[in-house]
Amino acid sequence: MATETTAHPVEQAVSWGGGVSPFGVSWQKLMMWIFVLSDAFIFGSFLVSYATTRTSIGTWVDTGKVFALHIAGAEIPLLLIAIMTFILVSSSGTMALAVANAYERKKRETIRYLMLTMFLGLTFVGCQVYEWTHLIVDYGVRPWWNPFGPPQFGAYFFTLTGFHGLHVLSGVVYLGVIARQVARGVYDRRGSYANVEIAGLYWHFVDLVWVFIFTMFYLF
Amino acid sequence: MATQPTAATVHQEPTSFWRRYIFSMDHKVIAIQYMITAGLMGIIGLVMSWLMRMPLTWPGESIPIAAKIFPGLFEGGVLRPDAYLAMMTMHGTLMVFFFLTAILLGGFGNLLIPLQCGARDMAFPFVNMLSYWVFLLSCLIMLASLFVTGGAAAAGWTAYPPLSAVAAAVPGSGLGQTLWLIAMAVFIVSSVMGGLNYITTVLNLRTQGMSMMRLPLTVWALFVAAIIGLLAFPALFAGAVLLLLDRHLGTSFYLDHIVVGGQHLAREGGNPLLWQHLFWFLGHPEVYILILPPMGIVSEIIANNARKPIFAYRAMVYSIIAIGFLSFIVWGHHMFVSGMNIWLSAAFTLTTLIIAVPSAVKTFNWLGTLWRGKLRFPTPMLFAIGFVSTFVTGGLTGIFLGNPTIDIQLHDTYFVVAHFHIVMATSAVFGVFAGVYYWFPKMFGRLMSERLGKLHFWLTFLGMYGIFFPMHYLGFMGMPRRYYGFGLLQYLAPDTQAIQLFITISAFITGAAQLLFLYNLVWSLWRGKRAEANPWQANTLEWQAPSPPPHGNWGEHMPVVYRWAYDYSVPGASQDFIPQTVPLEQEPTGEHRRAAVAAPELSGNGEAHRNGG
Ligand code: HEM
Ligand SMILES: [Cu+2]
Repeated sequence: MATETTAHPVEQAVSWGGGVSPFGVSWQKLMMWIFVLSDAFIFGSFLVSYATTRTSIGTWVDTGKVFALHIAGAEIPLLLIAIMTFILVSSSGTMALAVANAYERKKRETIRYLMLTMFLGLTFVGCQVYEWTHLIVDYGVRPWWNPFGPPQFGAYFFTLTGFHGLHVLSGVVYLGVIARQVARGVYDRRGSYANVEIAGLYWHFVDLVWVFIFTMFYLF
Repeated sequence: MATQPTAATVHQEPTSFWRRYIFSMDHKVIAIQYMITAGLMGIIGLVMSWLMRMPLTWPGESIPIAAKIFPGLFEGGVLRPDAYLAMMTMHGTLMVFFFLTAILLGGFGNLLIPLQCGARDMAFPFVNMLSYWVFLLSCLIMLASLFVTGGAAAAGWTAYPPLSAVAAAVPGSGLGQTLWLIAMAVFIVSSVMGGLNYITTVLNLRTQGMSMMRLPLTVWALFVAAIIGLLAFPALFAGAVLLLLDRHLGTSFYLDHIVVGGQHLAREGGNPLLWQHLFWFLGHPEVYILILPPMGIVSEIIANNARKPIFAYRAMVYSIIAIGFLSFIVWGHHMFVSGMNIWLSAAFTLTTLIIAVPSAVKTFNWLGTLWRGKLRFPTPMLFAIGFVSTFVTGGLTGIFLGNPTIDIQLHDTYFVVAHFHIVMATSAVFGVFAGVYYWFPKMFGRLMSERLGKLHFWLTFLGMYGIFFPMHYLGFMGMPRRYYGFGLLQYLAPDTQAIQLFITISAFITGAAQLLFLYNLVWSLWRGKRAEANPWQANTLEWQAPSPPPHGNWGEHMPVVYRWAYDYSVPGASQDFIPQTVPLEQEPTGEHRRAAVAAPELSGNGEAHRNGG
């Protein structure tokens, strides 16, 4: 391939060598960016649907109360959600550390931070399981009914958090595969740890989506 | 400088039959798989349209032959009303998604993007292969829905709730509708996998010298169509998930105080308009997914057969981009009568009329390309010109419909059916035919029969107008679409039945004409004239590869590109076409920017070219 660079000078001055232009990223990374964009439109559709439904119904639910934790008799609004948010945001931090170490080809550290990220992700999903169980068993919340307000509250709660939770879970599996590749030395042999960074893109995206769900569904 | 290797360049050419032709990762094989599968879906959709025509043309009359072939759909020799609705729904769905979307993006996208960009394959061949198999799965689910109790979905290709949300609403709203939704979701997954590949391949895998502004218009059109798909389909995906939940988990996203069969359902607070917004946020961009690739194909073929550079290449590129962008902000024109704030209607009217501008730019550029060209009229060119004709006819009625005052009269009448069948169905199908006749020699190394091709064109061209043009008139008279019987609409003039008969006869003739095409395909595969590498004397890269191109397309050396794809009839050149791989010092070029920037001594030619045409 490289042998064909016989273009005359004029040619080279105004054109380019093929490959990665115009964005200067590898196709693997570009593909993840585009996927994330597409996925963002799915979440966007859900969130916009939720917002229009909620505004057109008029009444909604006091999420501060519904998602409060009772600790030593005191009711602390949104405590569990705050903890979950903290966990997920921290996992973005550990993911960033994994990527930074991957750049320096520190195999051991990369794996360690990947595992830590996965652990935080699983903890997040665990909290979600607790939250769902609490709402379903203790309050009797169903997709078609809930004791707090319009039935759409439960419907959107399960849809939004469920779809996001699935993303976190698939992210954990994805990171697991990547960690395994790192451990087997696949990236050392290939001479590139780029796949860790690409997985990081996905993980940060899932975190970012949570920030929107947190703001639009829980906080408001 | 080396281009980036795809995962495929590392792979050796597979030798076993299965890896080579069935589970192949070669973009050319995947393209043919897509074309065959989509073509079959198109034939099924065509037969469905014939069935739909029967009760419309001969209300209440028994049609024993059809009843014998499709016993499940007929009762006493007459197509049942619920079967009519199911046929109508499945016809639209199969044609729009499973035939046209699949053959244009999956078929032509796969075939042309790597070849015309000068890549060895798609960026991620494994995902590309997966995309086809997931598509096939979605086809099977959709077809399976024809055989379940209650029959296939019957709520139209737009699947509006509550009809599509409440199982008791219509027989097809049972398992049939559920399978419809699942099949659509699976289809979307497949189209995302395809789209990721098409976009990254165009952006990252172009060969040396192939800058974005040297890409053939086919690639530009496919590229933008793929972006549209990737951003529009998510809305339908989300909508389908919510609709499935409404159907099976008792939620009320779309339902509010529904009474079915005298029974009040305990559903409230939802809004059926939400579905319409989500659906049309996909639905309108989708129609441009179907029209952009044919526009690209037609541009290519018209330039090649007028032996002239495409008129205003840059304007063509910018109008493709403009259409892509605008197609996302016009969807409300499908909802003028659904209950929409009147100011919002006005805004959607405005954007709808604006989108006609880049469409018109393209039309004038095709005419400008034809103007004073040394025209040749092989079959692909006939279909390309046919495309321009139907696109104009159908596009003009769109401008009427874009005005709410007129649309309130015409919405849900046969006028709309006429509009979109001419501008979308016919035009896109012409684009497909043009493309198949044009690239068949590249795919199979043989030319298709010209005699059969021309006959096929004229029958199809006249037939399509015969079917859809009279529908404008039916629409004016107020004949509603999606009705099984019109017996109670006494305001309809008595001659409507005669028009219906004329339409149906045209439909059968046009349908039968497609047998010519199928025969031509099969005959040419074995008996067609052998094609050399470049039978149309064309410039784009695929014609520099052997016919058919080998695995990896380019042999040992990647092609290097020195010029745009439209150096036809350049003054001073030794022949009337100059492939993109010919260096500038060998032949002059008509590419203006290059002439100005890179090779001042050539700008004279560029000027002469611009004036002389
Ligand atoms: C020239 C610009 C165009 C304008 C202004 C326009 C406008 C419209 C309007 C206002 C409607 C809604 C009619 C109604 O339901 O009452 C409509 C329907 C439709 N248009 Fe267009 N259109 C244009 C071009 C196209 C193109 C290029 C395509 C496809 C390639 C297309 C495909 C459709 C389809 C499929 C429908 C009907 C969908 C349905 O209700 O089932 N249109 N158009
Ligand atoms: Cu539209």
